[in-house]
Amino acid sequence: MSDWKKICTLEEIPRLGARVVKSLGGDIAIFRTSEDEVFALHDKCPHKGGPLSQGIVHGKRVTCPMHGWNIQFDNGEAVAPDVGHCSKFEVRLENGDVYLAV
Amino acid sequence: MSKPKLVMVGNGMAGVRTLEELFKIAPEMYDVTIFGAEPHPNYNRILLSPVLAGEMQVQDIILNDHDWYRENKINLHLGKKVVKIDRVRREVISEDGSVEPYDRLLLATGSTPFMLPIPGNDLPGVIGYRDIADTDAMIDAAKTHKHAVVIGGGLLGLEAANGLKLRGMDVTVVHIGPWLLERQLDEVAGRMLQKSLEDRGLKFLLEKHTEALIGGESGRVAAIRFKDGMQIPADLVVMAAGIRPNYALAESAGIYCNRGIVVNDTMQTYDPKIYSVGECVSHRGIAYGLVAPLFEQAKVCANHLANYGIGRYTGSVTSTKLKVTGIDLFSAGDYMGGKGTEEIVLNDPAGGVYKKLVIKDNKLVGGVLYGDTADGPWYFQLLKDGKDIHEIRDHLLFGQSTVGDVGHQGQSKAAAMSDDAEVCGCNGVTKGTIVQAIKAKGLFTLDEVKKHTKAASSCGSCSGLCEQILASTLGGAYQATASDKKPMCGCTDHSHEDVRRVIREKKLTSVPDVISFMEWKTPDGCDKCRPALNYYLISTWPHLVKDDPQSRFINERAHANIQKDGTFSVVPRMWGGLTTPNELRAIADAAEKYKVPTVKVTGGQRIDLLGVKKDDLPKMWADLSAAGMVSGHAYGKSIRTVKTCVGAEHCRFGTQKSMDLGVKLEKMLFGMWSPHKVKLAVSGCPRNCAEAGIKDIGVIGVDSGYEIYVAGNGGIKTEVAEFLCKVGSDEEVMEVSGAFLQLYREEAWYLDRTCHYVQRVGLEYIKSKIVEDAEGRKALYNRLLDSLKGIKDPWAERVEGELKREFEMLAVQPV
Ligand code: SRM
Ligand SMILES: Cc1cc2nc3c(=O)[nH]c(=O)nc-3n(C[C@H](O)[C@H](O)[C@H](O)COP(=O)(O)OP(=O)(O)OC[C@H]3O[C@@H](n4cnc5c(N)ncnc54)[C@H](O)[C@@H]3O)c2cc1C
Ligand code: SF4
Ligand code: FES
Repeated sequence: MSDWKKICTLEEIPRLGARVVKSLGGDIAIFRTSEDEVFALHDKCPHKGGPLSQGIVHGKRVTCPMHGWNIQFDNGEAVAPDVGHCSKFEVRLENGDVYLAV
Repeated sequence: MSKPKLVMVGNGMAGVRTLEELFKIAPEMYDVTIFGAEPHPNYNRILLSPVLAGEMQVQDIILNDHDWYRENKINLHLGKKVVKIDRVRREVISEDGSVEPYDRLLLATGSTPFMLPIPGNDLPGVIGYRDIADTDAMIDAAKTHKHAVVIGGGLLGLEAANGLKLRGMDVTVVHIGPWLLERQLDEVAGRMLQKSLEDRGLKFLLEKHTEALIGGESGRVAAIRFKDGMQIPADLVVMAAGIRPNYALAESAGIYCNRGIVVNDTMQTYDPKIYSVGECVSHRGIAYGLVAPLFEQAKVCANHLANYGIGRYTGSVTSTKLKVTGIDLFSAGDYMGGKGTEEIVLNDPAGGVYKKLVIKDNKLVGGVLYGDTADGPWYFQLLKDGKDIHEIRDHLLFGQSTVGDVGHQGQSKAAAMSDDAEVCGCNGVTKGTIVQAIKAKGLFTLDEVKKHTKAASSCGSCSGLCEQILASTLGGAYQATASDKKPMCGCTDHSHEDVRRVIREKKLTSVPDVISFMEWKTPDGCDKCRPALNYYLISTWPHLVKDDPQSRFINERAHANIQKDGTFSVVPRMWGGLTTPNELRAIADAAEKYKVPTVKVTGGQRIDLLGVKKDDLPKMWADLSAAGMVSGHAYGKSIRTVKTCVGAEHCRFGTQKSMDLGVKLEKMLFGMWSPHKVKLAVSGCPRNCAEAGIKDIGVIGVDSGYEIYVAGNGGIKTEVAEFLCKVGSDEEVMEVSGAFLQLYREEAWYLDRTCHYVQRVGLEYIKSKIVEDAEGRKALYNRLLDSLKGIKDPWAERVEGELKREFEMLAVQPV
């Protein structure tokens, strides 16, 4: 069973933006959509490792700042015609606090 | 509730494209049923010519396979012709008697080959050239028969003739006109084309009137006889003497037709429930026979089917290419010229090159290129944009590469490039890969090529080349849209021009307001439109609109340039390229303290600290700030540098104090955001050591004052700055420069450098606003100064407070 850890409040992530959590397995990007949903992906683009947290968030996806791939939050897949997968982490929102499964 | 029913008759290129456009904007709106008379899913009819020539196979040209129909839940009837439309009961009836009710009907029945009304036109072995069945019939005939006659020396006829010849037949083209392709070419080009086709073994009979086709013993056609009595053997006759819009079905249902199904600008027929697109349509009296205009119709039609109600189709200018491998031919617009027009002609029969451009009122209105068509798309764009060519007239005929282009945009000729030649230097994409993708994936636009191959998706300098490749692979199917009508991005159909206007007129003040007011198709826009919207908002309503960091590319959000490894670079401002021992010491200290791996002098006369970790940025900035240094904005669509030479302060030739003026200009413009980056230079004399000739604004000191040049660019495509005016004092330089930049800030489209903007509006326009209109100039200048009032150093702002959060990492907290 994974452990839920509090990482920040929703307010601390900009709407349509992201924050980064340092972790042993590599940085994790926490995204917030315009509808105030939160998603977490490995902060590493499947293309050439660009930091996804630094990209522009729109809808349920982020555009990588390096070469413009789009990665989907719900499954970590690159939007076609690009092909690639980015690992996804469980996050949950409770009373305005963001929890990450570690 | 059940969905409204959309029935489409005709499963061809225009109709299916309409559905694709519809699914993009309103995917779940209708229950869709399609009737197609052919037994195939939608294929690329254009590529029947390469199939006949043996260069491609039928399976290569399928555009939408059966999976596509299934995924979109389309009820597909193949091999079923619709024979009746009952408009009262709103039903269509197909030949097998099945009845399908509709709420909206889309007629996309295309056209049929015109069969000459002569005796023998129904003999076996006499066919048109329209579909896969015709192509197969030709391929079979070539295996067993010898003599082919093609009636009609137009594009279709020549492509058929070329294919049959390649398949080993003895081919004669019979043409009624005085030269080949008389609807696309003038006589000189027509004769050159005939010569090179004759060199390939084709025979031609011009100005010949066919009288009858004569059957042989087997019942199959055996000969063709002309009015002058001449007779030649023919065991395959291909009629390519024109097409007739296929409107019999519509007409029989009482829908108004006049040499085509008559539609209005929203692609509606006289029955508002019935829409029509494609070759069957007559729009403002014109029936088009090339796919590019049909695709424009498809887009507008989809928009109305989706009840968006904004698009209008107002007609198209078309261009054509002959798809015979090894022969380059391009024509567009009014190529014949005539009263009120002028012509520029290059005729080199020995070199096999002929070019003719037709000009009217300083605008390109048509052209014919033979032998060297690399510049076709460029001319076509100039033509569609209605651009004033007065200033480039001297070079126009010699092509895009001679009007200031040293990049790899025009100088390589797409058609002549080998398949392994690299087209996109940024992403390492070869010509072969692009051609392959265009054919295999059915790509039609530059955007699609960008998405699928990545070519032209980085610096964009090869977009011209990619457009050439598209044009040469697709033939006339490729069509550039007029730049001022191009949608901003896939999220909207509105152009940059529209968006800027609406923001101003409707006083929109936030990105979400624009997105909802202008009915974006996506909830929050994308990485292309949001930065543009943010810029348009802050430049239209300075001090009123709040900047939106999440709509900025990371470099502008973090006020530093992201590196390939995710670290950042820091470039402190050195006003006019000047620095002090104190500043250099602070830079050296910072470099040591934050373990900066690389320190480099930039091309913009200052120092770059490369490889800084994001969370170190605010600390480093605080240190630099303490030494009086501010951001160099090396990362922004903003003022970058004002490059200076030493000038009259030290140089023996200096006529003006260039360092001093450079620093004043840079201080005036500090913190200015703009559609793209802005660079200035001031040189103290015409030796021009600060390279003012390739800057957005270049100032050159002369004994009596300053010469001001604008719209230069030293980047992807070098552009030499153009002379704007001469002034006497520093204050005047500041006013002219400020006014010019403000005009650019207010009118240019996002990501246009000053050179692109000035090319679009013309230097004469700039002069009328900046040089001739003193009051207007002052007003512009004051608006610039007003919007820059109170600008703070973005670094200092981020050292403390709310904005610092961008640079802080989160940690897992104990619960
Ligand atoms: C650092 C520098 C190279 C150097 O080491 O000298 C540089 C570095 C970059 N340039 Fe440049 N350019 C630098 C001077 C130039 C110059 C020369 C100049 O300014 O005199 C040019 C040609 C002049 C011009 O712009 O007209 C130049 C034309 C470009 C272009 C093409 C612009 C164009 O309109 O064609 C790009 C691409 C873009 O902006 O879209 C670009 C983009 C870039 C980017 C920002 C690429 C990126 O998006 O990451 C590079 C960032 C590197 C980094 O991480 O710091 N850089 N770049 C120079 C910084 C100057 C400064 O002090 O601010
Ligand atoms: C060999 C060849 C080469 C060409 N090359 C070029 C080129 O290089 N560049 C260019 O721009 N254009 C080219 N064209 C023209 C281009 O293919 C057409 O403009 C385009 O296909 C027209 O599209 P459409 O949807 O209007 O008609 P079509 O693609 O013809 O589709 C109409 C469909 O409707 C079906 N249909 C008709 N009546 C009924 C009915 N009652 N019930 C059911 N189905 C029906 C037909 O069978 C047909 O499949 C070429 C055409 C040919 C034949
Ligand atoms: S610094 Fe400029 S020229 Fe050099 S690689 Fe980067 S973008 Fe290209
Ligand atoms: S690293 Fe993300 S797009 Fe290249």
